[in-house]
Amino acid sequence: MSAITSGISQTPEGAERELENQRDAARGEPPYTPAPSADSRLAASLKDAAMTAAVVAVLTVFFFAFRTDIAVGGLNLTFRWPLWLSWVAIAFAGRFLISYFLFRAPERAVAGVSKSTSVRPAKRFSAGKIFGIVMLLAALALPFILNTLLPSHNRYLLDLAILILTYVMLGWGLNIVVGLAGLLDLGYVAFYAVGAYSFALLAQNFELGFWVCLPMAGFFAAMWGIVLGFPVLRLRGDYLAIVTLAFGEIIRVVLLNWTDFTGGPNGLLGIPKPTLFGLEFKSGAGSFAEATGIPYSPIQRFIFLYYIILALALLTNFITLRLRKLPIGRAWEALREDEIACRSLGINTTNVKLSAFATGAMFGGFAGSFFATRQGFISPESFTFIESAIILAIVVLGGLGSQVGVVIASVVMIGGIELLRNLGFLHALGFDPTEYRMLIFGLAMIAIMVWKPRGLVSSRSPSAIYKEKKKIGADLVAQGEGH
Amino acid sequence: MSATTSAWMLDPVLKVEHLTMRFGGLTAIDNLSFEVGRGHITALIGPNGAGKTTVFNCVTGFYKPTEGRISLRRGRGIDDAAVEELTKSGQQFGNVANGSVYLLERMPDFKITEVAGVARTFQNIRLFGGMTVLENLLVAQHNRLMRASGFTFAGLLGLPGYRRAAEAAKDNAITWLKHTNLLDRADDPAADLPYGAQRRLEIARAMCTGPALLCLDEPAAGLNPRESAELNTLLRYIRDEHDVSVLLIEHDMGVVMEISDHIIVLDYGKKISDGTAAEVRNDPKVIAAYLGVDDEEVDAVEEDLAAGLPHATSPSTTTQAQESRS
Repeated sequence: MSAITSGISQTPEGAERELENQRDAARGEPPYTPAPSADSRLAASLKDAAMTAAVVAVLTVFFFAFRTDIAVGGLNLTFRWPLWLSWVAIAFAGRFLISYFLFRAPERAVAGVSKSTSVRPAKRFSAGKIFGIVMLLAALALPFILNTLLPSHNRYLLDLAILILTYVMLGWGLNIVVGLAGLLDLGYVAFYAVGAYSFALLAQNFELGFWVCLPMAGFFAAMWGIVLGFPVLRLRGDYLAIVTLAFGEIIRVVLLNWTDFTGGPNGLLGIPKPTLFGLEFKSGAGSFAEATGIPYSPIQRFIFLYYIILALALLTNFITLRLRKLPIGRAWEALREDEIACRSLGINTTNVKLSAFATGAMFGGFAGSFFATRQGFISPESFTFIESAIILAIVVLGGLGSQVGVVIASVVMIGGIELLRNLGFLHALGFDPTEYRMLIFGLAMIAIMVWKPRGLVSSRSPSAIYKEKKKIGADLVAQGEGH
Repeated sequence: MSATTSAWMLDPVLKVEHLTMRFGGLTAIDNLSFEVGRGHITALIGPNGAGKTTVFNCVTGFYKPTEGRISLRRGRGIDDAAVEELTKSGQQFGNVANGSVYLLERMPDFKITEVAGVARTFQNIRLFGGMTVLENLLVAQHNRLMRASGFTFAGLLGLPGYRRAAEAAKDNAITWLKHTNLLDRADDPAADLPYGAQRRLEIARAMCTGPALLCLDEPAAGLNPRESAELNTLLRYIRDEHDVSVLLIEHDMGVVMEISDHIIVLDYGKKISDGTAAEVRNDPKVIAAYLGVDDEEVDAVEEDLAAGLPHATSPSTTTQAQESRS
């Protein structure tokens, strides 16, 4: 920049521009750069593309260009130059398009946008609100949409939707602890396990049904949330993460080894299915089919399960959104921002932390209970650390504290992995997506973290408004303990 | 130190007696006693490292003092006998004839604000930066709202009692925003405010807890002269209109001398002077602590120090210490 400015300051206009730049710099504004002309934009984009292609060429030469097969008497080396060149060409074209249309695109002049990027006034009917309503309607109608559009894959897709919704609910539950209260919890799966085992054991020992056990499972999980909360009250940062991680493992190891009570590694079998006002989803007497006159179909049970988890997830969302506007929710967020300031305002931070752990755990317990009734069988295998990691990844990728972000991240993470399993048409092109499933998944996560380091939805919306609702940018919001 | 009975001794809101705070081998506060008069603005001053913030942290419960008693009296004309009786009873606080007495050294920090009514601000501003200005003030009214929301359960159902309390809390917040000149920034995140506005917001937030005693740790630090003058007006307003006593730590002598009813000077954890602004300004020990002393005055000051402070062996060490501080 200095070379350019010294160059243009030879003329009076140049000197004036330099002065303006200095004034802007003093006010903390970035230096003025003239918009690139189309010629230089094309040249620069081509240069970017060439560099990218060169990097790809070097990195992939041994993977794509040479191939060795085990042959009689040694290795058989074959060359695949066309494949290598086509990948280099793809890289060149892709980078060129991104550079030309995105990175080096002329800045669109929007008044007021460049001034304050951290605060944006939100419209009354924002795109987010409309998107939310459309998503809700789609979720409510999903079983019927699937029934009409894809009757052959009906059951599989409905099962996948149930799985995604379970993770949405778990993500929303964990969002209270990690996103709102800012307490990093790596052992969230423990509450999922407590909920599942509570229901299974209550059902087997006392012959109770799903609807009676559901609140009890939530209650037990909340109690375990408080049990976890007490030892970690004074811990911060990495130490909090380690202790919660250990708690998750303790629960799993106890379930694994207490064979008399939990069945140990064999797990628990024969968990009852949920009923609709006492009507079971089966053929024969006392069933839903008999009572309503609708002919029995096995898909009905899945549709029922889908609506149960949808209702549970929406309940979680409703309560969380409500709590955010109540003093307890504001205290959670204040705790994330500054614990010492909270104490100076007379807030009992012990109660605030325990209530966050208990509320988050309760929703985990509900989800666990649902998981048990859906599977009909549970074992400690289902509650390993990887589950905690996936739920936390959903919350972090979605954006801490964001409800919509959790939904998007769940669909992408759980649905995306499944989707890659089913892209059979790519076989014809010589590319088997199932083999690269985890690789693509990892790349997608890295990409999100590079472009959106604070998650997909990173802005916070205030819980109380005086005149105008303004979104708060992620750079101002604290992340709490353990980040 | 005036031996006669001063205004603040007649009806103190806060009485600190024989306060000692040791951190391992370091004695940060050494047998300190002082009173904060009801309805007064009391300033706690002293050179850097004198122990002012430690006193604050003891009063607001962030530190547990090693020794001493810190008693807060809400209600006029409560005599020492009532405090003595409460101390013997082993209770944290109790009601007496004209009000209630709180023994702050026995109470956890959040209870001191919640029950006793002592609010504080911090030397390095501690706002909830990612929350809006209005939200900051609503968080400060947490305990009142928590009770109104039936510990969340009534609030979750949206009962009218909670909605009324929430409206009242918002009105209270808006009143304070008007007085601190922040109303047009109510929906902005607190971290986006300029420094002076953040200082004012912290005071407004402390006032929203409904305190009897407001403790301000360097409220004028980093303010320009105009903002300092506004701060003086605000503090006088708080004292006169809300019947709140103010205890403040400050280095800006312009602010201190102008608004203080009573000044306490600390040095090395000990009180070296205590009186009105005029008395303290002319106290040779204060001048010595702040500026060092001329050679001609050394003898006179040495006598004074030997009488007042047993540990000060020679004025030359004090002078050197002052030089190294500046």
